[in-house]
Amino acid sequence: MDISQLFYDLFFDYTLRTVALGSAILGIVSGALGSFAVLRKQSLLGDAISHAALPGIVIAFLLTRSREPVILMLGALIAGWLATLFMLKVIRTTRIKDDSALGLVLSVFFGMGLMLLTFTQKLPDATQAGLDKFLFGQAATLLQRDVVTMAVIGALAIALLMTFWKEFKLITFDAEYAASLGYPVRGLDVLLTTLLVIAIVIGLQTVGVVLMSAMIVAPAAAARQWTDKLKFMVILGGLFGAIAGVSGTLISGSAEKLPTGPVIVLCMSVIVLFSMLFAANRGLIWNWFRNLKNRRHLRAQAVLSDLNTLAMQHPNEARGHSSAVLRAMSTNPDGVSLALSQLKEQGYAQELAKDAWALTQAGLDEAGKTSEKEA
Amino acid sequence: MSPAQIEIQIIASIVAVTCSLLGVFLVLRRMAMMSDAISHTVLLGIVIAFFITKSLNSPLLLFGAALMGVITVSLVELLNRTQLVREDAAIGLVFPAIFSIAVILISRFAGDVHLDTDAVLLGELAFAPFNRVKLFGLDFGPEALYTSGGILVLNLIFVIVFYKELKLATFDPALAAALGFMPTAIHYALMTLVSLTAVGSFDAVGSVLVVAFMIAPPAAAYLLTDRLSRMLIYSALIGIFSAISGYWLAYLLDASIAGSMATMTGASFLISYLFAPERGLLAQARRRQNQRIEFALTMLTMHIANHTAAQEAEIENEVVHLNEHLKWTPQFAMEIVGVAERTGLVQQREGLLTLTENGLKRASQEFSN
Repeated sequence: MDISQLFYDLFFDYTLRTVALGSAILGIVSGALGSFAVLRKQSLLGDAISHAALPGIVIAFLLTRSREPVILMLGALIAGWLATLFMLKVIRTTRIKDDSALGLVLSVFFGMGLMLLTFTQKLPDATQAGLDKFLFGQAATLLQRDVVTMAVIGALAIALLMTFWKEFKLITFDAEYAASLGYPVRGLDVLLTTLLVIAIVIGLQTVGVVLMSAMIVAPAAAARQWTDKLKFMVILGGLFGAIAGVSGTLISGSAEKLPTGPVIVLCMSVIVLFSMLFAANRGLIWNWFRNLKNRRHLRAQAVLSDLNTLAMQHPNEARGHSSAVLRAMSTNPDGVSLALSQLKEQGYAQELAKDAWALTQAGLDEAGKTSEKEA
Repeated sequence: MSPAQIEIQIIASIVAVTCSLLGVFLVLRRMAMMSDAISHTVLLGIVIAFFITKSLNSPLLLFGAALMGVITVSLVELLNRTQLVREDAAIGLVFPAIFSIAVILISRFAGDVHLDTDAVLLGELAFAPFNRVKLFGLDFGPEALYTSGGILVLNLIFVIVFYKELKLATFDPALAAALGFMPTAIHYALMTLVSLTAVGSFDAVGSVLVVAFMIAPPAAAYLLTDRLSRMLIYSALIGIFSAISGYWLAYLLDASIAGSMATMTGASFLISYLFAPERGLLAQARRRQNQRIEFALTMLTMHIANHTAAQEAEIENEVVHLNEHLKWTPQFAMEIVGVAERTGLVQQREGLLTLTENGLKRASQEFSN
């Protein structure tokens, strides 16, 4: 399938358009709320919540016998929320640490969901077909109605996030200060966690419980590399999530047997990898270049200062010094010849005769400036 | 019970003990979530090894899975060392990516073999007895019994032989390194065994249950004891209990065995969390209640001692006035006075309280503090 056909389908093919739109909404909401989770060191909370939502979905179905997405989402929301509260209570009241509490809640709730799911499947009047799509997600089964539900709930979550922006920002970076100012920190904490649960529940049908955690962590981790400002991080996180959602949908739509959820997650992983390598200021390659530049600068400065010292010892004659002397003076003898050619390029040093080096007037001035700064 | 039922319960108990042995160290070393990550990523190791060997029974599958587990741990540490993301985020980035690759490979290239993601995540213990080891026409029992038994022996040997090293590396890694116990080597050995255990158990019980058995029983045991050796034994016992009761729960509900067992590990933890003798919620509440009563008794003796000599003694030391003067509710005042009388701290005559000798001693002791 060629690219133009793909984009044509994106706008005019019902299924592809619906799935892409759903994935984009999921990406925006989870990217924005994931930023807070990552900054609050709760990256794996998403993993636990998404697994814990499963029994909620099944119980909601068992109680109502309805497959209405809103009702299932409500069940997932309640279960995810209860799991989070239970986990926080265990951490607060025992010596069990957060990692064990997360793993405990994750596996036990998921196991319970599985037990209930298999129990439901064997009920005689079960019309449960489609409940297990929450395990791995089946983006292709998204209907326009589902997408509208996702959009409404997502918009609500984002609106709440913007309403309490200042408060959330404060409890994320300095909860004690927020408490001292009289903000209801615990209430805000619960509200923010609830919004995270909402973001996760929205995505379950598309990417499934197993991979949903990646949609919380990855966009935020990628966005974090590009900025130090919360506002931009949240916007970028949402943007990255949406890009991954749409491109993942397109790629999985372009070939057979390419499950949408995992492809979206891989697209997101590529964005993370790219950000970690190339982001300005923090990226690994950026850092590598900066280190290289600093090293070269320091190397040249050291030789410059050595040449200056030599010049001071011979005040009245323009005398060249061999690189062997400079090597003997240097802590990094191997770098001397490179540093010399660098200094020559900058016009700070000149070669009076073969292997007889001296500073130019500009070099002397520069050395004077540096030693002044050091003094 | 049919032989198949007994076999299932034996296999499940072996898996439970195998997992909880390593789980104790994961919980203590604060690496519980690593087991979640590994139990997902070993899938890619299995898939790749399967593509190479074209067989699901090759030992290379175990090797590939173990290798992938170690790669996962190394990748997480590598990401962590760049300092661009925190450790928890690093785990959350690595394992979904690897798992996604595995799922895509399976759905694209292995559609018709018995290797689907459901089986890996959820396991199907009910089928374990059908896959039997047969030699010379004799039936030597189900295959899963040998795989999980072999890994149990391996884990047992590791924990017993390196008990001292494990203990030191867990509780004081800096000292372990200084004494030359190589905590890093221990760390990687542990992670390799976790991967092996994950893959060996997953055929039978699925990856989620592996995580449940690795974390829930040790977490429950952690609330019951302060000794490492006892924690190991308790969590093994809790694991066995969860496995067997989980099997019967599944039988009762006609539901997934793995899911029911995971549920029972959770129930075991809940029991321990509520009723643990010193660290349980009830014990904590009882301790707080006792402290409240002890404190109130002291308050009462001091209050009476303060006012015995004074003229207002008649008013201050009447039972009915305690609620005003000590800001106690009438009920609480009655309760405390009752306790104080029973323990011989105060006497009551016509509604008027006086201290006994013991009560006086207690009050003066508090005053001198």
